[in-house]
Amino acid sequence: MSETTTPPELVLDVKDLQGGYGQIQVLYGLDFHVADGEIVIILGANGAGKTTTLRAVSGMIARTGSIKLRGEDISDAKAPDLVRRGVAHVPQGRGTLPELSVEDNLRVGAYIRDDNEVDKDIELWFDVYPVLRERKNQRAGSLSGGEQQMLAVSRALMSRPSLLLLDEPSLGLAPIIVAELFERFAEINKETGTTMLVVEQNAQLALGIGDRGYVLESGSIFTEGPADELINDDAIRKAYLGV
Amino acid sequence: MELFLNRISDGLSNGATYALIAMALVMIFKATTLINFAQGEFAMFGGFIALVLASERGLPMWIAVFGSMVITAVCAAGIERTLIRPFDPSDHLPLVIITLGLFLGINALAGIVWRFDPRAFPELFPSGNALTWNTATLSWYTVGTLSTIAVVAGGLTLLLNKTKIGLAFRAVSSNLESSELAGIRVGPTLQFGWAMAAAVGTLGVCVFVASPFRQLEPNVMVTGLIFAVSAAALGGLDSLGGAIVGGLAIGLVQSIGVPYLGIPNELSLLAAVAVLMLVLLFKPSGLFGTPQVERV
Repeated sequence: MSETTTPPELVLDVKDLQGGYGQIQVLYGLDFHVADGEIVIILGANGAGKTTTLRAVSGMIARTGSIKLRGEDISDAKAPDLVRRGVAHVPQGRGTLPELSVEDNLRVGAYIRDDNEVDKDIELWFDVYPVLRERKNQRAGSLSGGEQQMLAVSRALMSRPSLLLLDEPSLGLAPIIVAELFERFAEINKETGTTMLVVEQNAQLALGIGDRGYVLESGSIFTEGPADELINDDAIRKAYLGV
Repeated sequence: MELFLNRISDGLSNGATYALIAMALVMIFKATTLINFAQGEFAMFGGFIALVLASERGLPMWIAVFGSMVITAVCAAGIERTLIRPFDPSDHLPLVIITLGLFLGINALAGIVWRFDPRAFPELFPSGNALTWNTATLSWYTVGTLSTIAVVAGGLTLLLNKTKIGLAFRAVSSNLESSELAGIRVGPTLQFGWAMAAAVGTLGVCVFVASPFRQLEPNVMVTGLIFAVSAAALGGLDSLGGAIVGGLAIGLVQSIGVPYLGIPNELSLLAAVAVLMLVLLFKPSGLFGTPQVERV
């Protein structure tokens, strides 16, 4: 096999990722990658290590292995530095600042920026999610779950990331809201070119907007493939699609 | 009637000091949910530094106070970096022990350097009365203390709401993890809180001992801290406005409630503790604190 064609640039290239919490190891050597402009889905049951994988990538926990962001090693970088290098992470259970107003949440999202287009970007996300404009002076903690998720995603995008990590955005939301959220993710990916790595339990919806997917089991990658293959894979259908 | 009005005036001026120290406590509590038991001692030390700057360096009194606010802010930032930041912020017991250690250490240090003899502190406000009605008076001192908390409250509100570091501070107070994920460096942001708190506390003590009836000595804030903690708890611990209302209320309880209920003055500290206990028992989030209600 000769490498004659240039492969599409890898935004994220992870090899032998290990990590966990204190003495408890959760990840046992994961290899995965995300190419420029892709939406990659990580599926897995509860406790498989999906959230830990994202936390390891964004520098929230100690980890070993090789993590490359556009070819540069980031395996020692901490979260506040990674944001400056273009990685935005929406943690599980909304990543909002409940005591701050909706608008201030967006300003915090732009904390690392010192250009003068912050106000313009706030208007942009208000256009994408008009309900946030209506509630811009309300405390984020008073929003509904779906609105908080919209705010968390907008806040992350305010840093103008090149890689967006989404940790189970559907958690605890009504199916119709989840469908809308995912539709919007696909649009944002197309319009802004933001690469996305999405952890989900809702395999059907996530694979519906994803390019490729990985299935985690007990801290290792069980299988991987293009989204449309995974969605038709019998084993996955049984485990995650409930059919 | 005149006595009653005078007691209100006294209560408000005492309460203003409690309010300033309480605001300092609230700044740190908001960000770390930790009560800095050394806050009063930081402030007392700041009072001595102001006195030294004025009496030995010959600086005008207000400049000396401002200089001391800057110096104590820098010292508090250094203490945060060396003694607080190395510890896990979610484990409160070691941190409480450290602040208690600082309390004792700073108190002893002040005693060694300046001895325990009370010293006169120059007046910061004009002497005499702004208003007189029969024997009831409203002193310039009371007017001055109330104006001071108004200025500090206004300044802190601007700082927290209109500046980037203020935004970062509010973000860290609200959700530490999401703040880090937004690129905010938590350590330096908390350090900023410690510095601001020390500066406000120093101002509080300077205003307190600038009363013609008080003097500066190393134990000046030992009981003051208990009044200030009660004031902060009454106001809700995470609300600057609440700290002001709480401080003034505790001052009034002390100057009106205590004499009219026939409680000996020696027990006025107990009255503050009683207020603290009642708040914790019946309304733990205080008058203006953020109740922990979230939709998920």
